[in-house]
Amino acid sequence: MTSEIELISLVLFAILVVTAIGITRLRGLYGAVMLAALFSLVIACLFVVLDAVDVAFTEAAVGAGISTVLMLTVLALTRAREAVTPRRRLWPAGIGSVLTGGLLIYGSQDLPAFGARDSPVQRHPITEAYLLESQNDIGVPNTVTSVLASYRGYDTFGELAVIFTAGTAVLLLLSYVPRHDPDFERRKLLLADYRILRVVSKILFPFIFLFALYVQFHGDYGPGGGFQAGVIFASGFVLYGLVFGIDNARRVVPRWLLRVLISSGLLLYGGVGLTSMLLGGTFLDYDALSPSHPVMGQHVGILLVELGVGITVAGVMTAIFFVFADRRVLQ
Amino acid sequence: MTHLPVLQVLIPLMGAPACALLRQRRAAWTLFLLVTGGALVCAVLLVLRMEQGSVRYALGGWPAPRGIEYVIDPLNAPMLALVSLIALIVAVYARPSVEAEIETRRIPLFYACMCLCVAGMLGVIATGDAFNAFVFLEITSLSSYALIAMGKRRRALLAAFRYLIVGTIGATFLLIGIALAYAVTGTLNMADLAQRLPDVYGNRALTAAVAFVVVGLAVKMALFPLHSWLPGAYAEAPSAVSTLLAGVGTKVAVYAFLRFALTVFGGSLVFGLLPVGSIGLVAACAAMVLASAIACFQRDLKYLLGWSSVAQIGYIVAGLSLATVDGISAGYLHMINHAVTKAALFAAAGVLLMRLGSVDLQALAGLGRRMPWTFAAILLAGLGLIGLPPTAGFVSKWALVLALVEQGQWFVVGAVLGSSLLAVVYVGRIVEIAWFREPPETPLLRPPAVPMVAMTWLLVLMSLYFGLSPVLPAALADGAAVAVAGRLR
Repeated sequence: MTSEIELISLVLFAILVVTAIGITRLRGLYGAVMLAALFSLVIACLFVVLDAVDVAFTEAAVGAGISTVLMLTVLALTRAREAVTPRRRLWPAGIGSVLTGGLLIYGSQDLPAFGARDSPVQRHPITEAYLLESQNDIGVPNTVTSVLASYRGYDTFGELAVIFTAGTAVLLLLSYVPRHDPDFERRKLLLADYRILRVVSKILFPFIFLFALYVQFHGDYGPGGGFQAGVIFASGFVLYGLVFGIDNARRVVPRWLLRVLISSGLLLYGGVGLTSMLLGGTFLDYDALSPSHPVMGQHVGILLVELGVGITVAGVMTAIFFVFADRRVLQ
Repeated sequence: MTHLPVLQVLIPLMGAPACALLRQRRAAWTLFLLVTGGALVCAVLLVLRMEQGSVRYALGGWPAPRGIEYVIDPLNAPMLALVSLIALIVAVYARPSVEAEIETRRIPLFYACMCLCVAGMLGVIATGDAFNAFVFLEITSLSSYALIAMGKRRRALLAAFRYLIVGTIGATFLLIGIALAYAVTGTLNMADLAQRLPDVYGNRALTAAVAFVVVGLAVKMALFPLHSWLPGAYAEAPSAVSTLLAGVGTKVAVYAFLRFALTVFGGSLVFGLLPVGSIGLVAACAAMVLASAIACFQRDLKYLLGWSSVAQIGYIVAGLSLATVDGISAGYLHMINHAVTKAALFAAAGVLLMRLGSVDLQALAGLGRRMPWTFAAILLAGLGLIGLPPTAGFVSKWALVLALVEQGQWFVVGAVLGSSLLAVVYVGRIVEIAWFREPPETPLLRPPAVPMVAMTWLLVLMSLYFGLSPVLPAALADGAAVAVAGRLR
C-alpha cells in the first residue's frame, strides 16, 4: 500500500518537474499558461495523495481554473510571445535561483521523513486537540473547516482581506480608463454565434451555480467552503462573459453591484466578529453568538463567515475578469 | 478596553470596505481620517497600559497556540503608536494632495487602499502568530503596489511593477521560512515557537528557516543589496503615499526582523550560532556609504530622498546587528526619529510638487526666496538626515556611535561618519540650488495648501522636539530593548 502511494507520488513529482522546466523553456505564452494550469492540477493531485482534499480542491479551482482564465484574458491584451532577455542579464537571477534551491535542499535534509508518524507536527498537542476536541468544541465533521473558520478564523479573515485588497487594487488601477477611440469596434464575433457553444453553455449555467451553492454550504461536512464556492460562482459569470460578450455580462452584474458584493463579504465577516464582541466574547468568538448552546453558535458563525468569504471571492474574481475583458486589445 | 489590541487593527481594516462603498471623495477622506484617528487612540492607550505589563488577546476565544493571539508588549506598542501617528498626519495631509494628484472618481478606492495599507502594517506589528504576520504583510504589500502605481508619471507603473516582483519574492521567502519553522516544531504561535525551537538548534531545516526569514525581511526593509525597488517606488508614488511609506513602510519589516530574530528564533541562534550579526553589519556599512554616495548624484529630489532612506536603513540595521541592549535601543530610536524626519522631507517634496509641478533639483532654484517656509522645513529636516544637533537625527546617531564604540566596531563607526559626510554633500546640494540660484520667471502653479504645509511643519517640529528633549522616544526605545534583553545571546 505504502509503496503504491510512493510510486504515485514519484510519478506526480516527475510530471511536476518536467512541467516546470517546460514553462521556463517556452517562449509562447499561451502554451506556458496552459502548462501552468497543468502544474496546478498535478499539485492538486499531490494534495489528494496527501489526503489534503480541501487544499486540493482550492488549488484546482483557483490555480488550474480561474487564474488560467485570467492569465489568458491578459494575454489577449498583450503580446503572446516572451521577449528574449539578453544572456548577461540572466546571471543575477540564475545565481539567486541556484542559491535558493541549494538552501532548500540543505534544509530539507533535516526535515522529518515524508508522511512520518512521529514528526513534530504530529506530536504537537494542538494537532491532537484539533483532531479530537474539535467535535466537542465546534461539532463540524470536517476538521479542516473547524481550523480554517474557527480556530484560525482570524487568518481566514486576513486572507479574505488580501483577496479584497487584490480586487480593490485592480479596480483602482484599471476602472475608469476612458475608451480612447469611440469608433473602436469590440470583437464583433461573439462566441454566442456558434450554436453549440451557446446551447451547451446555457445548459451548464444552472449546474455551475447549483454546484457552487453545494460547495458553499456543504463545507462543514466535506471538502469545500467559501473560497472554492466563490471561485466556482465567478467562473459561471466568466463563462457567460466569454460566450455572450462582456456587455451582456455587465448587464447581469453591473459595476456598482460588484463593488457592493466585494465590500459586503468582508463587512459580513468582520460584522460577525464585531457581533461576538458586542455579545461579550472576543473578536470572532462564535460561542458568544449562542451562549446557552456554544456549538450552535459555532455553526452559525462558521456558516456566516463562509458566506462572507464566498461573496467577496466571487465578486473579486468576476470584477477582475470584467475589468481585463473590458480593455481595448493592443494593436 | 479589553478589546484594544484587536480594535487597533480592526478599525482601519473595516474602514477599507466602507471606503470602497462610498462615492464622494470627501466622505472617503473623512472616513480615512476617522479611522487613523481611532487607531492612534487605541495605540496611545496601549502604550500607556504597558506599565501594567504585556497584553494578550485570544482571537476567536481560543487560547494560543490553538488559536491566534495578539500580543502587545514594550517591543511593539511604540511601533503601533508610530505607525498610527504617521498615518493620522498623512490623513490630514492627504486631502489637498490627493485631490490634486488622483482622478476624482478613483479617490474612494484610493482611500480604501490607504486604509488597507495602514491596517496591514498594524496587523504585522500586533500579532503574536508567525503565519498571521505573513498574511497582514501581504495586505500591506498588495495595497502599496497599487498605491505606488497611482503616481502621475507613467514611470510609476514600472516602479510599482518592480516592487511587485521583488516584494513578492521577499514575501515568498518569508513564507518558506515560516513553513520550515512549522515543520520542525508543529506550531505557528510565536511564544510557543520560542519555547520549542531551542531543542532543535542546529537542525538544518531551522538554519534554512532563519536564512529565508532574514532574506525575505531584508527585501521588505530594502537592506543593501536588496534595495533596488525602493528609490523608484518612493519617488514615483503620489505624495501622500510616499510620505506614509517613507515614514513607516520599511520600519515594519525592521520590526518584524527584530520580532522573528529575537523573540521567535532567539538571539543565541541568529546572532550566536549563525553569522547574521556580522552579515548585517557588512550590509549596513555598504548601505550607509554606497547609498549615500549614489544619493549625491541624483537629479530628482524624491529619488535623492529615496536613496537616503536606503542609507538610513543601514544605520538602523547596524544598531540591531550588534545584538546588545544599547545597539537595539539605538536602532529602535533611529527608527522612530528617521520615520519622523523622512516623512517630513517627503511631505515637503509633496508641497513642492504641487506648487512647482516638478521636484527636479533644477526646479528648486531660488526656493529660499519663493517658498521660504517650505525651504526652512527641508533645511531643518535635512540637518536631521546629516545628524546635526539640535535634530532628532543627532540623538539617535550619537546613541548608535556609542553602542558601536562599546563593542569596538571602529570600522562601522568610520562608515557612519563617512555616510554622514556624504549626507552633508547631498543636503548641501539641495541648499545650494535652493538658496543661491536665481528663481525662474515662471509663476508658482497653485496657492499653498494649508493642511499640507501645516503637517510638514508638524513633522519638522516633532523631529526638533525629539532632538531637544529626547526623553519620550528614548524611554520607548529603551523599554523595547530591555524587553528583549533576555533573548539576545
